[in-house]
Amino acid sequence: MMESYDVIVIGGGPAGLAAAVKAKELGLETLLLDENEFLGGILPQCIHPGFGIHYFKEELTGPEFAHRFIEKIKDVGVRYQTSTYVLNIENYSDLEKKIVFSSPKGIKEVWTKTVIYAAGARERHAFEIGIVGDRVAGIYTAGEAQTLMDIYGIMPGKEIVIVGSGDVGLIMARRFALEGAKVKAVIELMPYPGGLARNVMILRDFNIPLYLSHKVVEVRGRARVEKIKVVKVDENLKEIPKSEFWIDADTLLISAGLVPNVKLLQRIGVEIDPSTGGPIVNELLETTVPGIFVAGNALLINDLVDYVAEQGELAAFGAKEFIENEGIPSKRWIKLENGQNIRLLAPHYLSGERDVYVYARVSTPMENVKIVFPEIKKELRFPILRPAEMLRIRLRAEEIRRAEKKITMEAIPQ
Amino acid sequence: MRHRLTCIVCPLGCLIEVEVENDRVTEVIGYKCPRGRDWAINEIINPKRIVMSVVKVKNGKLPTVSVKTTKPIPKEKIPELMKVLAQIEIKAPVRVGQVILENPLDLETKIVATRDVESV
Repeated sequence: MMESYDVIVIGGGPAGLAAAVKAKELGLETLLLDENEFLGGILPQCIHPGFGIHYFKEELTGPEFAHRFIEKIKDVGVRYQTSTYVLNIENYSDLEKKIVFSSPKGIKEVWTKTVIYAAGARERHAFEIGIVGDRVAGIYTAGEAQTLMDIYGIMPGKEIVIVGSGDVGLIMARRFALEGAKVKAVIELMPYPGGLARNVMILRDFNIPLYLSHKVVEVRGRARVEKIKVVKVDENLKEIPKSEFWIDADTLLISAGLVPNVKLLQRIGVEIDPSTGGPIVNELLETTVPGIFVAGNALLINDLVDYVAEQGELAAFGAKEFIENEGIPSKRWIKLENGQNIRLLAPHYLSGERDVYVYARVSTPMENVKIVFPEIKKELRFPILRPAEMLRIRLRAEEIRRAEKKITMEAIPQ
Repeated sequence: MRHRLTCIVCPLGCLIEVEVENDRVTEVIGYKCPRGRDWAINEIINPKRIVMSVVKVKNGKLPTVSVKTTKPIPKEKIPELMKVLAQIEIKAPVRVGQVILENPLDLETKIVATRDVESV
């Protein structure tokens, strides 16, 4: 007899942990699978504070946030397995899915009614952002360097150039500076910083120069990185001729954004939204393949772990609805679309049967703006909106029901 | 001397300018609320930060444990504290919240562990 579950949660980071705890609390037979040796996803290496302000109403470090959820996993008695890599999801029918995984006990298969996919994201690497030159030691993604320093206690380099001013890049700039390395520059392609305001302040703390509208184009070195070529770009992000200069450094840190990790889902035909890079989902975070739910950075790139945990819990609630009704019941779906100045949003389909949180990002920084949903005549005003800060807007069921077929979300000047 | 800061108290991100003469604040402009004003003054007169790092662990399943100060400490003391943290080594097992150092450098803070490390 093959083992069988109501829910298999793939991924033991904050989305997966929250999903598994909630699923178990809702009475579902749950198994959590994670490829790492320990639970927590990337949280154990994110040793800086700033986690859980919304969820726990106090400021925790990444390892502390993970710890609380891991304790909950044990308290409610979720079964979990680490060092387990999911190879395939096979979709036989709405309530019959087979998960194939490799583990220290060999290749195994289990049946499940639903899947909550919470496998997070991967980092963009040097080749993806057009850096050429010598392929030498000393080129790391920010997450790799973070793992080396904060899990294994190894310094990756002494003189660092960082590509990308998103939160991850800025936090690693601080980490390197604290440990006594020289952070020579943060290079940002866009004309504005990519991270939250409080993280941009790190650069001032350590006198780290930030080059906006600049791009790293080439790495030179014999055995290890020796120098890095930077050029200025114009408003169309085109390189400006003769603007290049070289920075001496032994390490190049790539922090050029994250991409939802959706390979396994694409293989079973889950439809992807090109603007989020994650699956198209309904309000319970169900993908276009019935019974497959997704949460966290596999759904869309979040900036707060609190929202990731919230998405995990919502997916667990979705799994329960799915099992009880043999599918997610909705008489009609209303499409939520990104209009003017909205770069991305999720979820994509709303029923009007329940309130929904919409997660979205604007395309460019804007002042005195209003977020408008014209079809349902809803308007919200904001003094400032930045792409780095994800919007989370509640749409009430009765508001959603005012729409016929679709709702558009736009950001326009007041 | 004039200092320009982007306020981090709320998402508004006001650009606040603080004028300082002989260690005294003489003018603050650009804030939209009193919290922003207070934050900017503290940030110039006595900036403080929570400090986090990792310290070595003997006989642990992981070679390090992550730690933090329980209170923000003056910014100029950070390099000194980091040197202290680089020199210590503790024995596994370590538990979240365990005090690693009591009152280092008389900073009126504690260094506590922020993750569990099991012993081998």
